[in-house]
Amino acid sequence: MSGMSIHNPVEPFLRTDRIPHIWCPGCGIGTTVNSFTRALIGSKIDLQSLALVSGIGCTGRVAGYVKLDSFHTTHGRAIPFATGLKLANPKLNVVVYSGDGDLSAIGGNHLIHAARRNIDLKVICVNNLIYAMTGGQTAPTTPGHAITSTSPYGTFEPAFNLPHLVEAAGAVYVARWTTFHVRQLARSISEAFQKKGFSFIEVISPCPTLYQRRNRLGDGLDTMKYYKEKSKLKHGAPTSEVGLTMTGEIIVGKFVDRDRPDYQSLLHAQMVESLGEQYVEPSKMVCNCD
Amino acid sequence: MAKGRVSIIVERCKACGFCVEFCPTKVLALSSAFNSKGYHPPHVVAPEKCSGCDLCGMYCPDFAIYGQRVPAGGVASPPIARAAEEVSDES
Amino acid sequence: MKADPRGVLTGTHFIDGDHACCEGALAAGARFAAGYPITPSTEVVERFAARVPIVGGSFIQMEDELAASITLQGAVWGGAKAFTVTSGPGFSLMMEHIGYAAMTETPCVFVDVQRGGPSTGLPTLPAQADMMQARWGSHGDYEIIALCPNSPQECFDLAIQAFNFAEEFRVPVMFMMDEVVGHMTEKVVIPPADQIEVVPRRHTSRSIDDYLPYATNGDRVPDMAHAGEGYKFHVTGLTHDERGYPNMTPQTQDHLIRRLQGKIQAAADRITLLEEEFVDNSDVIVVSYGITSRVAQRAIELARQNRLRIGKLRLITCWPFPEKRIRELAATTKSFVVPELNMGQMVREVERAAAGRAKTFPVSHAGGSVHRPEDILKVIEEASR
Repeated sequence: MSGMSIHNPVEPFLRTDRIPHIWCPGCGIGTTVNSFTRALIGSKIDLQSLALVSGIGCTGRVAGYVKLDSFHTTHGRAIPFATGLKLANPKLNVVVYSGDGDLSAIGGNHLIHAARRNIDLKVICVNNLIYAMTGGQTAPTTPGHAITSTSPYGTFEPAFNLPHLVEAAGAVYVARWTTFHVRQLARSISEAFQKKGFSFIEVISPCPTLYQRRNRLGDGLDTMKYYKEKSKLKHGAPTSEVGLTMTGEIIVGKFVDRDRPDYQSLLHAQMVESLGEQYVEPSKMVCNCD
Repeated sequence: MAKGRVSIIVERCKACGFCVEFCPTKVLALSSAFNSKGYHPPHVVAPEKCSGCDLCGMYCPDFAIYGQRVPAGGVASPPIARAAEEVSDES
Repeated sequence: MKADPRGVLTGTHFIDGDHACCEGALAAGARFAAGYPITPSTEVVERFAARVPIVGGSFIQMEDELAASITLQGAVWGGAKAFTVTSGPGFSLMMEHIGYAAMTETPCVFVDVQRGGPSTGLPTLPAQADMMQARWGSHGDYEIIALCPNSPQECFDLAIQAFNFAEEFRVPVMFMMDEVVGHMTEKVVIPPADQIEVVPRRHTSRSIDDYLPYATNGDRVPDMAHAGEGYKFHVTGLTHDERGYPNMTPQTQDHLIRRLQGKIQAAADRITLLEEEFVDNSDVIVVSYGITSRVAQRAIELARQNRLRIGKLRLITCWPFPEKRIRELAATTKSFVVPELNMGQMVREVERAAAGRAKTFPVSHAGGSVHRPEDILKVIEEASR
């Protein structure tokens, strides 16, 4: 029994009636949840006003394991769902926790528009460079010459550089870590909670069952050692220079931390300017629930 | 006297090896015991070296281990490794 | 519960269906819309964008219909009554999220101002060819409610009904307008707020420890909680149990799907709103909905002038289909005539329900204009023989 686990800092944040989870041995998603939990504890966020939205995929399953108001939505659409949640109740702290395929392929359009609008969302993108849940297909983030189930002879498409993409689209906080950087990741998530606007934290993570295995890159532990050895800390690095290759350097750090008015501030300013006294704040949008 | 101690939820472990590798003071090693899923969970091999930093807990993707600091002057109870002790007699 | 007066534009107006629909939504308590421009529906949200900063609420034009159709659902879970508005091509894009709303039991309204299709079709001209899509457009087994207004006044009145059904049954409701009803300008009377009944959100009164998001009290509809209230509930599109947790077994699937369908089917009598005239003792019953019912009215009058015994059945609710009523009427009438601005959609339901006891005559139209009364009259006469 897990009677001893009452002291485990992550335990109060888990739906323990659903543990053990479905992630593979050596998968890094669970590790990111530990960092997330530590960030919640450290930043003393009010858990009641925290909502977590995920999409479809292995990382999407995070929503089902955390004991928060959590929404497992459709593939690629966690960000627009989260936008609706935030606009209807601006007091909510809304976290989007999803994978690279979900957020940058099918969800790509929503990613760039939410960054453009600077919607106050904290996006944690677990990037395992593959579509894992469905069996290891090529993702927009899969590096060149990788073997995947839909590129059996090797990928050849250029991959997205996600920090570069979201910075260009307008994100105010952009950081990248790997699952080796557990404490730095927790710190970044805490910083993102302090930030108003669109924050994007990419976490490079192993998929030992599919990406690593098919490319003979070892298991989860081998991958973690690779992260440790080949990560290069460069806070403030130009995001155009942080692209990834299969076995090359991984630039990590906080790349962007800037201030831009968030969507709701802009909305408010515009309405007040145009309507003056007539403008009614949308704060009381909650429908009458007798 | 160890400054920390480790607790292991043996049945959750999938033997990924992260905790063993990244413990800064090499407190852990994979045991030869099995949990019911057939994995070798870790066990404590150098309890006196545990600082309670909880890096093992932060790395564990399966929420199967965590470290905690033992308060100064507190009783240094041996780290708990449930079920692994019971099974290790077989190996 | 009475409508919130802040959203009720009491008075007599001369406005078109799109505008009236927006006012109906506001009167019903809708305070959130996410939209994407598409002819001939855009005016609904254009008006909402102008009204809502003064009434209190939020409108966001999203980057596409895929986003709009789920942003509104996030707003629902954040506490608002919400809707979106579209036409054929956008309706097609929204299908996945209509299914998500049905599966997660998210109360909301999808307005489809139908236009000629398929594909880009006839953006500025009417059709009624999305009727089957409204019912079956998303994958899997689920039930929805669909209402069909036939005038700007009904665009107001039935919009309120749509939101009320959505909240009562925790289901997405399809508001099936068409380009003519949407763009025709008529008198619309908006009563005082205290004369408008709105159904409030089915919010749970249970304590946090006692609440299961998908447990019901035997009435098949669970009570909701909103994000930010401490309930820490989970919502997923995966097949789930009463805790909201994914539970992907045939048993859970069977239980869930039957309940999702049962909650609508069991209340079908109450949900299927009809307008009937002289249906008993008739030889022919003209079954129609939306703008076609206005043209059919003229055809029926002409037929009655020729001493034909013609009944009128207007489908105000198209889904769930009033099969019980059609079955009853099939026993006493000779034929049904079903004019619609499509190549035969609701007529299939009429034929199915009639089960051969009465004949069924479609009056098809590929769309782009309304029928001429003579076209419908000709079929009525043929059906009377």
